[in-house]
Amino acid sequence: MKPAAQVFDLQKHYDLGPIVVKALRGVTLEFPSGDFVAIMGASGSGKSTLLNLLGGLDRPTHGRYILGGVDVSQMNDVELSEIRNQMLGFIFQAYNLIPQYTVLENIALPLQYRRGYPPITTADEDRCLELARKVGLGDRLDHRPFQLSGGQQQRVAVARALVNDPQIILADEPTGNLDSATSNEIMEMLTALNREGRTIVMVTHEPDIAEYARRQIVMRDGVVARETVSGMADHGAPFH
Amino acid sequence: MSFARFLRTVQLGLKSLLLHKLRSGLTMLGIVFGVFSVIAMLAIGEGASAQAQKQIVALGATNIIVRSIKPIEGSSSAANQGGTPRYGLLRSDYRRLTHTIPTIINALPIRELPREARHLKRTLNGRLVGCTASYLEVNHLNVISGRFITDADQENLANVVVLAFDVAHELFPIEEPIGKTVQIDTVFYSVVGVTAERTPSAGIGGSLTAQDFNKDLYIPINTFRARIGDEVRTPKQGGMDSEHVELNQITLSVRDVKDVMITSDIIRDTLQRFHAEKDFAVVVPLELLKQADQLRQIFNVVLGSIAAISLIVGGIGIMNIMLATVTERTREIGIRRALGAKQRDITEQFLTETIVLSGSGGVVGILLGLATPLAFQLVRWFTMNFILDGGGAMSETSRMFSEMSPTVALWSLPLAFGISVGIGVIFGLYPARAAARLDPIEALRHE
Ligand SMILES: Nc1ncnc2c1ncn2[C@@H]1O[C@H](COP(=O)(O)OP(=O)(O)OP(=O)(O)O)[C@@H](O)[C@H]1O
Ligand SMILES: [Mg+2]
Repeated sequence: MKPAAQVFDLQKHYDLGPIVVKALRGVTLEFPSGDFVAIMGASGSGKSTLLNLLGGLDRPTHGRYILGGVDVSQMNDVELSEIRNQMLGFIFQAYNLIPQYTVLENIALPLQYRRGYPPITTADEDRCLELARKVGLGDRLDHRPFQLSGGQQQRVAVARALVNDPQIILADEPTGNLDSATSNEIMEMLTALNREGRTIVMVTHEPDIAEYARRQIVMRDGVVARETVSGMADHGAPFH
Repeated sequence: MSFARFLRTVQLGLKSLLLHKLRSGLTMLGIVFGVFSVIAMLAIGEGASAQAQKQIVALGATNIIVRSIKPIEGSSSAANQGGTPRYGLLRSDYRRLTHTIPTIINALPIRELPREARHLKRTLNGRLVGCTASYLEVNHLNVISGRFITDADQENLANVVVLAFDVAHELFPIEEPIGKTVQIDTVFYSVVGVTAERTPSAGIGGSLTAQDFNKDLYIPINTFRARIGDEVRTPKQGGMDSEHVELNQITLSVRDVKDVMITSDIIRDTLQRFHAEKDFAVVVPLELLKQADQLRQIFNVVLGSIAAISLIVGGIGIMNIMLATVTERTREIGIRRALGAKQRDITEQFLTETIVLSGSGGVVGILLGLATPLAFQLVRWFTMNFILDGGGAMSETSRMFSEMSPTVALWSLPLAFGISVGIGVIFGLYPARAAARLDPIEALRHE
């Protein structure tokens, strides 16, 4: 499988004046296309920092990040924004829908920022409708986020992450705010997406959620401490 | 930015403004008043200058008018003690002025008296005007039938009369007036011409009262002198009032507008040397323009300050609200950035929102501005009745104020709209840039 993303010696330091916080201290990882990875680890171990870098929301202090064969580690804001829009889909713990928008408008939001700003066509609208149905919200199109349950809001977020047909879906604790039944529903949805061929990188605290993934990576103090493959023996970090 | 995308951005802006209707409305107020003041200022300026133009045309911009005025009672000099009071311009003044001042290209002596004119059974209270052939040219007047008074008429002391439009109409409602006779006092004059209709002139201060030229009967000034003379008696309670006046007015024309002020100074100096009393007044129509300008400047300063202050306060209000909005919507900004919005997209979004806000204020202000003439009438009515105390002794300014009508200049509307949009840009840029510069990760974490 050709890698969807690779990081080499990725470091992120926060210079707070008197001290420098090293949130990531050299992470080397490969995410083959179609992979499903769960990142685990204690609070403060650098999981979100890594995911934000993978999501092009920030630039590493050191190291390289190759996304789809292109080095994006030193891209400027405009280029990174286009990468986020075209190649990546985000799912957040807090759903992060726009409160004044309806379900359908929230799903369509990434279309506003496509390269060259093409007008929204009926094909686009049909796609948004289809995605809304796919996540089971075909009858809630005109509802606003506050009228939906947490699980329903997260489904809107999943549909929104898919609207631009990204290669990689990044999810930071997507079930962190949900009960276990709803969590499982969302995880079934992600698993189905992975089966369609999408690469998924997910941060989670819960071992049973991590079990949905093919690989589990455990972080500690800004480095990869351990890696397991579901159903296989623990074989440590492969790139050391 | 394509037009479709621009529309979409504007639509988004409207949508989020409508989310907080009261807040948006209050924020707009400063811009509304600012834009209204801009339009009102220009409308009043336009009105004042139009009024001045009209007067200038009526009186002639290159004319200087010298009027005889009766000196104030009791201040008469010894020469007048006892006998018939003598005052005013003299024929010698006329000769002196026309012979010594080179910039004067045309001059018109006038003698005038209110007189009753009669034709058969019809009578009319008109104004008998003794003048010369120059009258037409100096006053930019035309004859619509027959001819005007000629130099030959002066020499022959001819008993001829030219009627003003209304006089002809009233004395000769059906018949052709030319060739007929008109009786004034005991003398019969034969009608030789009729002049075109004229707009009455407004008064200029105390020295030149409003005149209605349409009741004039023009005769040669020499004939006037021969038939009526300089001394005039008018019956009054308990006897006769008599006065001796050689000329009531001399109108002098200069070639060029830029000569007007100097020439009028020379005229004033020349006359002062030969007049012990202040029994004449020099009126310069061109000065009207200056008065109108002064009035306009007062309005401009007042309204301009209101406009500037409202616009700045309005702009600050908008900026304040937009900064609050940005803080309130930090999370939204983070979401948009994560989904691919560039810094420029965020700037555009908030800037458009600000411009939609200030532009809507501009539109409301323009609508109010269109009502300026109406509002002005109300203000004037109020001022005249309650502040200036019913038009007793009116100053020049209040006189202009009372006669002027503001006109909204069409070009001021796009200008005002442009200003309101400009305010949106100026005061919206900072909040919009602040929104765009937010760190996406921190914005996403914002509660
Ligand atoms: N903007 C920042 N400035 C300074 N330090 C930061 C910043 N962002 C993260 N850190 C630090 O980097 C380290 C890693 O943070 P990170 O958010 O990646 O942890 P995490 O593994 O996601 O934890 P959690 O499970 O609690 O979400 C922490 O020590 C954190 O304090
Ligand atoms: Mg985290």
